[in-house]
Amino acid sequence: MRQIDKRAAVRRRVFLRGAATGPAALAAAGFALGAEAAWAGDLRVLTPATMATLARAARDIFPHDRLADRYYIAAVLPYDDKAASDKVLRALIEEGAARLDAEAQARHGRAYVQLVGEADRVAILQALEATPFFARLRGDLVVSLYNQKEVWPVFGYEGASYDKGGYIERGFNDIDWLPEA
Amino acid sequence: MAQFDLNDDGVVVIIGSGAGGGTLGNELAQRGARVVILEAGGRHEIEDFINDEWASFTQLAWADTRTTGGSWRVARDFPNLPAWIVKAVGGTTTHWAGASLRFTAHEFQARTQYGAIAGANLLDWPITLAELEPYYAQAEDRMGVTGTNGIPRLPGNNNYKVLAAGARKLGYKEFHTGNMAINSEPRAERTSCHQLGFCFQGCKMGAKWSTLYTEIPAGEATGRLEVRPNSMAIRIEHDAQGRASGVVYADAEGRQQRQRARLVAVAGNSIESPRLLLNSASARFPDGLANSSGQVGRNYMRHTTGSVYAVFEKPVHMYRGTTMAGIVRDEAAHDPKRGFAGGYELETLSLGLPFLAAFLDPGAWGRGFTSALDSYDHMAGLWIVGEDMPQAENRVTLDPRVKDRHGMPVASVHFDDHANDTAMRRHAYGQGRALYEAVGATRSFETTPYPSTHNLGTNRMSASPRDGVVDKWGKAHDLPNLYVSDGSQFTSGAACNPTLTIVALAIRQAEHIAGRMARGEV
Repeated sequence: MRQIDKRAAVRRRVFLRGAATGPAALAAAGFALGAEAAWAGDLRVLTPATMATLARAARDIFPHDRLADRYYIAAVLPYDDKAASDKVLRALIEEGAARLDAEAQARHGRAYVQLVGEADRVAILQALEATPFFARLRGDLVVSLYNQKEVWPVFGYEGASYDKGGYIERGFNDIDWLPEA
Repeated sequence: MAQFDLNDDGVVVIIGSGAGGGTLGNELAQRGARVVILEAGGRHEIEDFINDEWASFTQLAWADTRTTGGSWRVARDFPNLPAWIVKAVGGTTTHWAGASLRFTAHEFQARTQYGAIAGANLLDWPITLAELEPYYAQAEDRMGVTGTNGIPRLPGNNNYKVLAAGARKLGYKEFHTGNMAINSEPRAERTSCHQLGFCFQGCKMGAKWSTLYTEIPAGEATGRLEVRPNSMAIRIEHDAQGRASGVVYADAEGRQQRQRARLVAVAGNSIESPRLLLNSASARFPDGLANSSGQVGRNYMRHTTGSVYAVFEKPVHMYRGTTMAGIVRDEAAHDPKRGFAGGYELETLSLGLPFLAAFLDPGAWGRGFTSALDSYDHMAGLWIVGEDMPQAENRVTLDPRVKDRHGMPVASVHFDDHANDTAMRRHAYGQGRALYEAVGATRSFETTPYPSTHNLGTNRMSASPRDGVVDKWGKAHDLPNLYVSDGSQFTSGAACNPTLTIVALAIRQAEHIAGRMARGEV
């Protein structure tokens, strides 16, 4: 059975802001989730703290341990551009991130990104599950995370096939473990 | 290529270019009629199709606002996307998977065979299987359906092999790679399937039948068919005698145009077709055109659907090859011992990672959900296609508040499952899970129905003008020259993907219309 190379492909960038913020660039710079959010240094309207909170929440909402942080960062970075032209969205995002922090402070005396326990962070997300902020963030992430072509190989999905001649010669019927009739 | 004058009142105007409208347009042009097809969407040819789920959705899907109501989960998860259908030349034949099944005899007689079912608005079709059989045969030949006309079936892909192995273990007898309008070998100047996957995104091989590159160019080659893309029908007009006289539509620039007509056929799928009739209300037809029965928009059916996805210890790669790669038909019969009327099919289905993330369990998050996606390449999947009950209150109405950019009320789609639908789905989920568990599934998922792809029944056929909107030919009971040519004329839904029946009805309807035109009746 033809297996595929599951190392995530770092070969093209998918986000509009270009090389400075695409996952490839993020990878090259070694950017990862963290309170410092050094990767968020060139934001236009959202603060690095807000962006760090969103990225941490993104991983907590759709946790895949084999996905590097840069994909979650790439999934939330578009909010900075969108917030620049959409005041309602900007307020929703900023207030939502602030509420995550407020809940974290109230429960544990520290910011959301500084909570070490995943279960503690997930409990806070569950508390906010019914809010428009959470619905918007989850709904956007289900596209902005899983529609990154770079992550597809990690899940064993091969994407477009027409340019490779389809699967007719590439394993469409190569399953080899089923019980005999 | 033909180009007809707006004031030419000798043309047949067809609204919609999909399975019904595209087929009817070609048939009538072949028989000498002059035809204008108004298509709301743009024209995207084979080379324009995109092997990418979201990008293709943006290119092809009908995304104009609709609203929803009722207890179906789609109203909560996708409140403005009740249906996953296409706005483009070729209509939903660009997106369909290709499954081409004939109704069985009992499915034309749902009321007689199933009896009175509380809450269901069941009715027998005014036609029988025997009457439609010659047209099914023509449709199968036209569309190149595998397993008919000596056309070999497609080879089974990995997803099918899992389905078949499970079916065998459960003792099912009737399973195979389907009757598919996908070339298994070159035919009708189209190449054969190269197992791309991406059947839903427009077949880039052109191996799957679509009116876009079969019926429509064939009709255009006669010099008697003009397709006008980006032309959104707004209302159908009638004359003082109560005859349909023309169609007002918005052109690509949003300007309103009036195409005069000798005869009008509506084929905009089961949400837009009733919407157009309701939006065409006049002093003479105050409840909407062709609506003296009050049945326009009612009896909306979407099939009892749902998916089962299952995870296995070893890889499957379900996305490789045809999306609907095989079928189990053992549950398709009417067997009330199971606790419900009617039957269902189990058909393989696969989604790519982006769409599986969106549709596996809409709204879900956290490790329970992501651990499923982590097993994406170890998954197999199937789709349930079962007969659902027509219900009077499952209906398309005009939204009293929301209007489109032309100022017309949008369609609002209300749907509640009937108890029969729920019982059937529960049975089908159970059989689907058992099938996969029989070949080693370690985890399985009962996936809620997607936004509707099979939209049926909202202008249904009836023997009596009291019970439905159109007669046995698809002609409106109330007007002499207004026809319905899409799945909205279905009296009941059957346990079958509807396209083959839509095409067969369109071929039959064209013969009938051409006869009436030749006799000077219209």
